[in-house]
Amino acid sequence: MAKYWNESIECMALDDMKALQSERLVKQVRHVYENVPYYRNLMEEKGITPDDIRSVDDLHKLPFLSKADLREAYPYGLLAVPLSDCVRIHSTSGTTGKRVVAFYTQNDVDLWEDCCARAITAAGGDKDDVCQVAYGYGLFTGGAGLHGGSHKVGCLTLPMSSGNTERQIQFMRDLGATILCCTPSYAAYLGESLHDMGLTPDDIKLKAGIFGAEPWTEEMRRSIEKSLGIKAYDIFGLTETSGPGVAFECAEQTGMHINEDNFIPEIIDPETGEVLPEGAVGELVFTSITKEAFPLLRYRTRDLCKLTRGKCSCGRTLIKMCKPMGRSDDMMIIRGVNVFPSQIETVLIEQGYSPNYLIEVDRKNNSDTLDISVEMNADQFSDKMKDIQDKEKQLAGAIKTMLGINPKVHLVSPKSITRSEGKAVRVIDKRKLHD
Amino acid sequence: MTNIQQISVFVENETGKLAELTKLIAGAGIDLRSLSLADTRDFGILRIIVNKPEETCTLLSENGWTYKVTPVIGVKVPDRPGGVAEILAALSEAGVNVEYMYAFVNRTPGEADTIFRVDDAETALSALAGSGIAVLSAEEAYDI
Repeated sequence: MAKYWNESIECMALDDMKALQSERLVKQVRHVYENVPYYRNLMEEKGITPDDIRSVDDLHKLPFLSKADLREAYPYGLLAVPLSDCVRIHSTSGTTGKRVVAFYTQNDVDLWEDCCARAITAAGGDKDDVCQVAYGYGLFTGGAGLHGGSHKVGCLTLPMSSGNTERQIQFMRDLGATILCCTPSYAAYLGESLHDMGLTPDDIKLKAGIFGAEPWTEEMRRSIEKSLGIKAYDIFGLTETSGPGVAFECAEQTGMHINEDNFIPEIIDPETGEVLPEGAVGELVFTSITKEAFPLLRYRTRDLCKLTRGKCSCGRTLIKMCKPMGRSDDMMIIRGVNVFPSQIETVLIEQGYSPNYLIEVDRKNNSDTLDISVEMNADQFSDKMKDIQDKEKQLAGAIKTMLGINPKVHLVSPKSITRSEGKAVRVIDKRKLHD
Repeated sequence: MTNIQQISVFVENETGKLAELTKLIAGAGIDLRSLSLADTRDFGILRIIVNKPEETCTLLSENGWTYKVTPVIGVKVPDRPGGVAEILAALSEAGVNVEYMYAFVNRTPGEADTIFRVDDAETALSALAGSGIAVLSAEEAYDI
């Protein structure tokens, strides 16, 4: 079994990587400047030309792109090649506003699938594996990306898409799937369903899972690993840069290696835009240096993150990003406090509750309310009212310690919170209805 | 075996939930011997004594209800002033804490049977026996 998909890149010496990035960046900036009037205007406003960018050290001189720019330029404003050179589009879910449409040339698709192949190889996959792709297929990049990566690696690919859980488990068993790719919440649901069908991890052949596209916690990872009997690998990506595979995890499970031969990461202060040193927490910014059709330079992801470079036990030298610590899109401001659903999830799992929860935020009498419904299992249920109320209070207390604000916790029946087959709906903010 | 098995079911506070549960039990030909409902704004706990506890548990599991089986004590309370007080005094002297109690329907005149959920059933039973207070056997509770 090969350890790396592309060893010369994945284990490249830092100086060589910098040289490669510099060469690609210089070329990319010229490509964008000449073909994307929208970005050329931004560069002109800052008074810079492609000649000012001689290496990665000049990256900070370039203007940022934000989601707002993508919306403004929708649909063709950031396209850098003739439409006739494009072979595909993908699109964001549009949950935070207008959809973003990204274009791909054949070369873009190839490089993207190559990134996914690296992820599958890092998760122990090779041509003898059976890879069940249960990410949604369609406009969403999840299905297409891992599907393409799985083909490249030479796995037998099961293009399941998401949903139809019974069939997922049937195919998983009948065709001996060894690698599962889907959202972590769907993986958790598949694990639960397996147990509900009276099956155990011994009844399936899965050994690894590649899960991403939504925030998940370390606790959730352990719980999925246990319920499916696998090792769970994180994967990161965004439609704006390509899709899944921008960064992927190795067996060390201590962060995701960024495919920095294609995407240069930076961490900036979200307020000032200033580039922060390695190890600092700030907003993650990506520059696509190989994309032809939709090459975003210094795209602000809104993900709060941290980068670390160091020798990894897997042998890869690619810089690592931590799991995003939150997203400004997910961030709720409740009674003036920044709250991320992942913080609440961490507390739930630490306290022995299921990661199935629903957060409802509302405004009553000009004050924000935070209600959290959490499923309890049969062991947590008691015939004594006081026991349940004590559990609710105890959990509310633990969440208050984490967030600094007092929620109201409601314990509910197992399986009463709607399961998601794609991205989980964890938050209902009713305040928006009043505004 | 003097302990009576009480089944407590978690019922979310939604219209029709309780009806759905009782209909399920009735449909299986199970007789509800006694019941008590404790409720808050969000949920209720329906505590029931049935003639077929094991069958009921299987039925609840199969239909996705969350429940718990707890041993409780049925006491034959003399139907006269001070009847309940005597029992509570006996339990209190033995250091037994009563979590909750509810009346049990029976057909014996002069007797008002009551279900006690206590923190220590064994101590409670010996205290009651020591005070000459009669308790209901499980068979009596399920089958009377």
